[in-house]
Amino acid sequence: MTGPTEQADKKIDEWMGLLLRAGVVLAATLVLTGGALYLVRHPAPLINYRVFQGEPPDFRTIHGIATEAKAFSARGLIQLGLLILIATPVARVAFSVFAFTYERDWKYVCFTLVVLGLLIYSLFGQT
Amino acid sequence: MNSLEFTSLIAAGSLLGGFLGALTGLGGGVVVVPMLTLIFHVDIHYAIGAALVSVIATSSGAAAAYVREGYSNIRVGMFLEIATTLGALTGAALVLHLHASVIAVIFGAVLIYSAYASLHHSQHATQDLGPDKIATWLHMDSTYPAAGKLESYHVRGVPAGFALMFVAGVLSGLLGIGSGAVKVLAMDRAMKLPFKVSTTTSNFMIGVTAAAGAGIYLSRGYIDPGLAMPVMLGVLVGSLAGARVLAVAQARVLRILFATVIGALAIEMIYSGLAGKF
Repeated sequence: MTGPTEQADKKIDEWMGLLLRAGVVLAATLVLTGGALYLVRHPAPLINYRVFQGEPPDFRTIHGIATEAKAFSARGLIQLGLLILIATPVARVAFSVFAFTYERDWKYVCFTLVVLGLLIYSLFGQT
Repeated sequence: MNSLEFTSLIAAGSLLGGFLGALTGLGGGVVVVPMLTLIFHVDIHYAIGAALVSVIATSSGAAAAYVREGYSNIRVGMFLEIATTLGALTGAALVLHLHASVIAVIFGAVLIYSAYASLHHSQHATQDLGPDKIATWLHMDSTYPAAGKLESYHVRGVPAGFALMFVAGVLSGLLGIGSGAVKVLAMDRAMKLPFKVSTTTSNFMIGVTAAAGAGIYLSRGYIDPGLAMPVMLGVLVGSLAGARVLAVAQARVLRILFATVIGALAIEMIYSGLAGKF
């Protein structure tokens, strides 16, 4: 590895750090807001966690979560925050595709695309 | 118990879990799952869903600080993420077919290994064995800052590291943990990466691995907002505080104490699993 690549690597690292931090801050803010609303609106527990029932489609599909969050539903906002949290590492990988393209490291562009494909499959492949 | 009491207790427990997880390098997930299942009697599927989300928060939060220091090797990380994400998808798919008791017993076994590894992790300098064909082809050899200058190192054992990373991914997707212990084992022992490089690169990869599992959990309905909210916020704040303390304090005594607690939780998980309490 020669000097210029190392420098480019370092710049990429810095951008990635920023991206990750922004994602976590945004996610935590949404979860906190939704959480406060949730406690105010639902003083009595909604769910018995001892028995697994699984979430309704409103809270497990991207479309359902977006609809709920737009309606300012407390649990919808929390789920949106969690969705953004899950999307943060995915965005980091997507960003790496561009970074490796910029460095013309085609081998790693391919590897990164494979990882990105697997992540997108996990988010969208089930529905 | 009303919502506020339940949420506060879970948040306090998660805060402590995140704090201890950061101090010992084991991560918050390994404390949160036993806490939720054994103490609050939460179904293990909800517990691993909430824990995995908190793992992403911790990893992304910490990685933001690590990357700037220039220790992590993004090429090694990205290549091995193929193995960990494949593993995480496999693990998350396995959750569907395994009985809760089986998951609990596997969790207990992994806990025991993690506790053992956290105590016996030697920081010895890994011997550089020179260039390796596969690693060279993959442009993996790099440098890291040591004693004021850049130290170069060679990566080895790529196939073994890749296989171990697949296992780490399966455990992450199956148990809702970061499985940092297995990731460090793969890079430290199999691939001969310097200690600092392997720990920071492992942390870097944990978020991507966890995201692969969490995507599946979310669409299967394992992630409940009412439960994940206090767990995610608690672990995040706790781990940030733990990382601060770690920077200034010697954590040897805490490490031993925590490993003992983890060992006890592990035995309880295995016992409860075998007794069919899940």
